[in-house]
Amino acid sequence: MINNVPFFAVMLLIAIGLYTILFKRNLIKIAMGIVIVEAGVNLFLITLGYREGGLAPIYTHLPSGVEIPGGLVLPVPQALTLTSIVIGVAILALILSFVVRIYRHYETLDSRNIRRLKE
Amino acid sequence: MTMPDEGLSPVVRVIAAMLFPFILIFSLYVILHGHLTPGGGFQGGAIGASAVVMLIVAYGARWVESKAGEESVSVLESLGGLMFVVTGLLGFLLAATFLSNFLVGEVLFGEIPTFGSNPGILNTGGTLPLLNIAVGLKVIGGLASVVLIMALGSRRDAA
Amino acid sequence: MRKIAALVFLVFVAFLLYGAYEMRDFGRPPSDMDDYIIENSQNETGANNAVTAVVFDYRGYDTLGEATVLFTAVAGVMAMFRRRDDHA
Repeated sequence: MINNVPFFAVMLLIAIGLYTILFKRNLIKIAMGIVIVEAGVNLFLITLGYREGGLAPIYTHLPSGVEIPGGLVLPVPQALTLTSIVIGVAILALILSFVVRIYRHYETLDSRNIRRLKE
Repeated sequence: MTMPDEGLSPVVRVIAAMLFPFILIFSLYVILHGHLTPGGGFQGGAIGASAVVMLIVAYGARWVESKAGEESVSVLESLGGLMFVVTGLLGFLLAATFLSNFLVGEVLFGEIPTFGSNPGILNTGGTLPLLNIAVGLKVIGGLASVVLIMALGSRRDAA
Repeated sequence: MRKIAALVFLVFVAFLLYGAYEMRDFGRPPSDMDDYIIENSQNETGANNAVTAVVFDYRGYDTLGEATVLFTAVAGVMAMFRRRDDHA
């Protein structure tokens, strides 16, 4: 379907992140690419669970006349996205501390110059 | 007026000190109402950690460390993890399985809401509020100690 | 080397876009499990918020593993930035 616009947005986000990871030399930019891919995956999970015209699956002060369960979006993909966001923050903290250590050791952030492990 | 060697100007400091308790109260509200409104342990914990990050930006990492060291912040995180596991083990002992919801139908947090739309009673949810508090403590401690350690360790003279 | 990487990247992006084109319709997910959870989360867990019910009750083990990941990340950052002079 050509009008799956949110899915195309997800794939474009993942493509932008992959481009950054593959073709940039700066370690900070590579970390940014990883975060962009992660944002794309989170958006993918949310769009998978969206029901057309649905409200949040919370019963507190739910407007009357909403059909249950047809009028509420799916809760399981949202829970998975919550897990994924927290794990993403943890991974970002680890990546950034690795980058700081690498910068202190090699005095550069260019991935071409960090080759001493190879020799 | 001379600028302090770490942190921002006195205007920012005063405003940050005034906002800090309100952000903490909002974080506690999001954590405690996690089973009724949008939010929960992770979101409220992130809000609370952002309050600590605001203090680190305004006052500098040294000052925050002198008030609450990174060890005491990460004790908070371990406490949250311990509370989570203990709640799960209580479910194993008092009901069927690990992490089973043994408080539904009991006095504390046990009320079952009427099906469908309702105004929301705080005394519902079984073990969910306890687990929300545990995860909230864990996220506040974890994120705040990560930012504090990175701010302390990445100063120019730290090396 | 860079040309090969660019070629692989373009093929992969084409695959992603084709996947988005062939995906099922947006807004009409298959939802047997989620319908069960929406209808029964109030009776079984007592929580109004179905997402919290899934995170802490139906998928509690997942949350425990996530807490472990957070703990491991904090331990890793602490090990990375530990100062040498104290607690040695």
